[in-house]
Amino acid sequence: MNFFEFLISRWPTILSLTLEHLFIVFIAMVISVTVGVAVGILITKNQMAARIVLNVTNILMTIPSLALFSLLIPVLGIGKIPAIVGLVAYTQLPIVRNVYTGIMTINPAILEAARGMGLTEKKIMRTIRIPLALPAMMSGIRTATVMGIGIGAIAGYIGAGGLGVYIFQGISRSSDQMVIVGAVLISVISILTDQFLGGVQRKLNR
Amino acid sequence: MVSLRSPLKIVLLGSIGVLMTVWVVENPQDSVVARLVTYDKVWGLLLQHFYLVGASALLAVVTSVPLGIALTRPRLKSWAPRVLALVNVCQTVPSLAVVALSVGFMGVGSRPAIIALWIYALLPILSNTLVGFQEVDPAITEAAHGMGMKAWRVLFRVELPMAASMIMAGIRTAVTITIGSAILAAFVGGGGMGNLIIAGNNISRAQVLVLGAALPVLMALMADLFFEGIEKRAKY
Amino acid sequence: MIRFENVVKRYPGEATDAVHNLNLEIESGTICMLVGPSGCGKTTTMKMINKLIRPSSGAILIGGRNIDTVDTIELRLSIGYIIQDTGLFPHMTVGENIAVVPGELGWKKDRISSRIDELLDLVDLNPKAFRNKKPNELSGGQKQRVGVARALAGDPPIMLMDEPFGALDPITRARMQDEFLRIQEKIRKTIVFVTHDVEEAIKMGDTIAVLKLGQIVQLSSPMEILSNPSDPFVSELIGGRNSLKMLSLMRCGQIMKTLSPAEVEEARGSPQGILGMKATAQDALSEMLRTGERFIFVEDERHDVVGVLDFENLLERVNRHGITS
Ligand SMILES: Nc1ncnc2c1ncn2[C@@H]1O[C@H](COP(=O)(O)OP(=O)(O)O)[C@@H](O)[C@H]1O
Ligand SMILES: [Mg+2]
Repeated sequence: MNFFEFLISRWPTILSLTLEHLFIVFIAMVISVTVGVAVGILITKNQMAARIVLNVTNILMTIPSLALFSLLIPVLGIGKIPAIVGLVAYTQLPIVRNVYTGIMTINPAILEAARGMGLTEKKIMRTIRIPLALPAMMSGIRTATVMGIGIGAIAGYIGAGGLGVYIFQGISRSSDQMVIVGAVLISVISILTDQFLGGVQRKLNR
Repeated sequence: MVSLRSPLKIVLLGSIGVLMTVWVVENPQDSVVARLVTYDKVWGLLLQHFYLVGASALLAVVTSVPLGIALTRPRLKSWAPRVLALVNVCQTVPSLAVVALSVGFMGVGSRPAIIALWIYALLPILSNTLVGFQEVDPAITEAAHGMGMKAWRVLFRVELPMAASMIMAGIRTAVTITIGSAILAAFVGGGGMGNLIIAGNNISRAQVLVLGAALPVLMALMADLFFEGIEKRAKY
Repeated sequence: MIRFENVVKRYPGEATDAVHNLNLEIESGTICMLVGPSGCGKTTTMKMINKLIRPSSGAILIGGRNIDTVDTIELRLSIGYIIQDTGLFPHMTVGENIAVVPGELGWKKDRISSRIDELLDLVDLNPKAFRNKKPNELSGGQKQRVGVARALAGDPPIMLMDEPFGALDPITRARMQDEFLRIQEKIRKTIVFVTHDVEEAIKMGDTIAVLKLGQIVQLSSPMEILSNPSDPFVSELIGGRNSLKMLSLMRCGQIMKTLSPAEVEEARGSPQGILGMKATAQDALSEMLRTGERFIFVEDERHDVVGVLDFENLLERVNRHGITS
């Protein structure tokens, strides 16, 4: 069976795996962004908490994704839930860090002007700090999402479905075609997502 | 301060790894674990992991640094931005996809694994080399040329030292990422610590899993500290 | 009226006071310039007024009320604040920047909108063209104009200005100073203006407080500072050529001799130089040097000659202030 025939005969499977992949990553990212942004904002109020949280997320990220997913199996079983939990944990660092630094590294002159004008700290957070940190936040979300797509493939190993399944099955069945289709599709999705979010980021930057 | 603290941390991390291994080998959950995790086996996998990372990182350094230097010479300079853009796009490709692609084209074994890891490690080093050289103040190289230094001397005596810490930062990123990605080599018959994780998964033994996960993490943290030290020293 | 009573500020961990035992009274509707070398405590002094910095001891009173008893936010909303880097909010349009304080004060939308137009007109920016621009589309001078408009938005009785024109080129700077004085004539705010530029202090101030190491070494009118510097530090700060600087403070309209209709008739058609009433005595001297004559005529806004100014007249004016250096 040549490559073309392979694609034609398997396209429903390929499509459903792709959609499954996108679905898992999407759900995980919605949670991750919500949590990450909230945590990133909260820790700006306390330096100690910030250091702890940033260090923890940092360490989380160095744990090999395969290992993290495997470690979740005894706790959460196999399937989509541990995959999503793992993805959320993994993608926290870029989001939390960028939200935090975005909010903390605002030109002091602007903050002083805001204080001098009589804005409360709450109001400054809402109307000055967060809007000005948006491009940095977006950049963190972009990094995290692209990471999530890649790690989502590894989640295929713990039964979460998605395009990773094609890669792992392809390897164990020695089907080069499956492996290549899975790898290429994941790469294309990563690149397109990165370009798209890069565009959003540039728009915010202006 | 830093020069004393980071070796200490490296030793500490290493000891944690040793203690964990000793603990699992001496107190195995059951006979399956006892058979699977022995000092010899762990040591063998560790060496394999080292080999995968070392070989691919070394390949990446000797290819991407000269390439980066070439791309910042006057004749090829105009290509640099395009290469950088391409590298940035490639960096968004997940490591599993790179490993899978190399298997797809070359079959299983440690060779395709090393090639995949090499390509993946090449990207951060190349992009940092390019940026490092581009960031050298043109006024300084101009002054060096103006003093009558030959082009290759300007490169080795002026530009390279100034770009060194940036290049080292690229190598640091590449090595830490590769230590993590090398786990995937186990899937394609490349060996390494990934074998422990997969085995731990197959037989559902948390002890094996944790050990297989912890050792590469410790390795990555140690490498990060080690290269951080070098990177700082490379700062002129 | 703003009053400092024995105000001391020492930053934590410092060995000396940044502001030492400061007593100062600033009349309502006047400009008080705080001038002195970098690090002498000008900014610290100013920021204690809107509580951006808390004094270590002493009291600051505004209109007789100790500011400690006033809610910080309420206090700040009633004080306009302008800094060198403008601190314009880059993500908001010019209009939105100006609308911040009125918004906090709970003004209605229409009122805020018309206030924006009014203020942009006041600072000589076309409202239509500018209210929807972002700060990064503006030149340095335009940013400062918006900064002034924003500070005036809530119609605060007091304005604090920290080297507002410090980052501008000399020409723009001079123009901004002139325009600000013109605006002040209309709005009559109580202004505390920090600068390290003595020329600016002399030009803009009703009173000048010269600071040195956190203490006021002289507090007087510009003319007084020029004619009677209280100590060598002040003389050095002024940097000589005081008489010329004094001439720049006198307006032709104030010191000229008025002419009778007959004399005006006589002057008509004579080739001597003519200046407006608002020109300074320094301009007059320069004009005399140019024409080689010992006198010039002064005309009003309708270009009718109304007076004359001669060289002896200038000499006597300067002498009357008893120049010492
Ligand atoms: N936050 C601070 N902490 C410690 N010292 C400060 C602080 N701010 C200002 N100073 C010191 O207080 C003195 C007065 O500063 P400042 O009021 O800013 O002077 P100026 O505005 O006249 O240049 C200076 O010696 C300065 O170094
Ligand atoms: Mg200052």
